[in-house]
Amino acid sequence: MTGLQLANLDDFLARRWEDVVELALQHLAAVAISLALATAIGVLIGLLVWDRPVPRSVSLTAAGIAITIPSLALLALLSPVLGLGWAPTIVSLVFYSLLPIVRNTVVGLREVPGHLVESARGMGMTPAAVLLRIQLPLAWPVIVTGIRVAAQLTVGIAAIAAYVAGPGLGVYIFRGLSSLGSVNALNFALTGTLCVVLLALLIDGAFVLITRYSTPRGLRA
Amino acid sequence: MPDPTAGVGIELSDVTKRYPGQEHGAVEDFSLRVEPGELLMFVGPSGCGKTTTMKMINRIIEPTSGSITIDGEDVLSLDPNELRRHIGYVIQQIGLFPHMTIAENIATVPKLLGWSKARVADRVDELLRTVALDPGVFAHRYPKQLSGGQQQRVGVARALAADPPVMLMDEPFGATDPITRLRLQEEFRRLQADIGKTIIFVTHDFDEAVRLGDRIAVLSERSRIEQCDTPANILADPANEYVAGFIGRGAGLMRLALIPIGEVPLEAPDDSSAALGVQDSLRDALDLLVLTGGQRVNVTDESGSVAGSLTHAGISAALGAPRLPTGTAP
Ligand SMILES: Nc1ncnc2c1ncn2[C@@H]1O[C@H](COP(=O)(O)OP(=O)(O)OP(=O)(O)O)[C@@H](O)[C@H]1O
Ligand SMILES: [Mg+2]
Repeated sequence: MTGLQLANLDDFLARRWEDVVELALQHLAAVAISLALATAIGVLIGLLVWDRPVPRSVSLTAAGIAITIPSLALLALLSPVLGLGWAPTIVSLVFYSLLPIVRNTVVGLREVPGHLVESARGMGMTPAAVLLRIQLPLAWPVIVTGIRVAAQLTVGIAAIAAYVAGPGLGVYIFRGLSSLGSVNALNFALTGTLCVVLLALLIDGAFVLITRYSTPRGLRA
Repeated sequence: MPDPTAGVGIELSDVTKRYPGQEHGAVEDFSLRVEPGELLMFVGPSGCGKTTTMKMINRIIEPTSGSITIDGEDVLSLDPNELRRHIGYVIQQIGLFPHMTIAENIATVPKLLGWSKARVADRVDELLRTVALDPGVFAHRYPKQLSGGQQQRVGVARALAADPPVMLMDEPFGATDPITRLRLQEEFRRLQADIGKTIIFVTHDFDEAVRLGDRIAVLSERSRIEQCDTPANILADPANEYVAGFIGRGAGLMRLALIPIGEVPLEAPDDSSAALGVQDSLRDALDLLVLTGGQRVNVTDESGSVAGSLTHAGISAALGAPRLPTGTAP
């Protein structure tokens, strides 16, 4: 029985590879757009709260609680407001990305040695220049690690977005699950799942390179 | 018009800093005038307020009360960023930016002042040479690729970059071994002889203060000035027990190191003795006497001809000690 269906998988892929590539690209786009938005928002939140104890623990606690909301539940809550498709998908992915990005921005900025900031101020840099030219570059390796964690998280969660007719490989997984017993049910689910795993590995590999080339040379190990 | 980059005077009047929640000020009623071109040393035990006093001058720390003027201008009336661009600052931890090259580190203030690229590059080259680092080798390295002593030279070069009239240096040679430290001090002394900045230099180390300072302010708790005078005067005549205790033993030898042989009367030479130059110190002369076990050491003038000789008694006399009255009790 299994042998029969694996033999079918070849056939299945041969007939639908264009479709699969299309879904994989959608998946990647959803992850990339969400990460870009989450990075902008998350780093901004981090910059605003890292040096203020109360806002800092409030935002980190809030982000920590947020991430425990099951993704299906969040999507079910978002869809009455945002409808179906890309909108609830992107919003939920940004939502889950915020915790690692905010947290790492805060940690990264707090780890910048105080004497370097003092040295910069003592040379007459404005606070904005100290932030942009000293604190952010020094915190960057930690921040980028946060974005990488968020990327891993969102590749998986994006698959669930098919529940609200979202884009990406979740479409295959859900089609497989909803047609259990039919000839291609397992092929759909398996293809969707494997491609998600493959995509996760590719994105992680990309982050190894991004981390390396975006880290200032003087900070590289 | 005075040269804007040579030193200017600094005056602190009744300056007090009280950190929140502390009963006593870290600095209380501190008043001192630093003359243009003077290298003033702050020495005192850990926690006495040296760093706090210094950081009020460039407003890294805002005084609770009192006034500070540089070249007659009240620093509290100036824009702090503009003020700091004209005060060289070397912090206790060196503080080179690890993500920038040595050249970029040194260029920080010139860039803030809007210098042209070419002018910045020339200046970086010149400064690296000034602190005895080859620009070809070091300009494009990162701080972690330098030894501790090299980093400290870069810290000094960076503070000098825009040729500020005032320099604040907080234990700039603190984190080096004694030999490197001695060499850095020697280089720094020659440099200061050239550039004549007004410098406040903080140190724990009384030897360092004697070696470098035009004047030394010996501080105790809450930045109280116990004595502020030239190294020779403090060594010869400590104001109180506290200062004497701070100098510790070896005051005589430290004083000898400050006096060039050329400044004391010489006796007639003999033919057999080893020789020193007039520019060497009395401490060098004593050292040679101890090493050779001889009675006297000959002294040569700049042209190399023998000008006279020194004995133990002559050296002691230079410190104002009475010549030993042979055989008679006082
Ligand atoms: N930010 C601060 N908040 C509260 N107290 C402080 C602060 N900075 C310094 N102090 C206190 O003020 C006093 C003077 O400190 P300061 O750093 O000026 O000493 P220092 O003479 O430079 O010592 P060291 O030789 O160890 O560097 C100390 O008692 C210190 O505990
Ligand atoms: Mg200090």
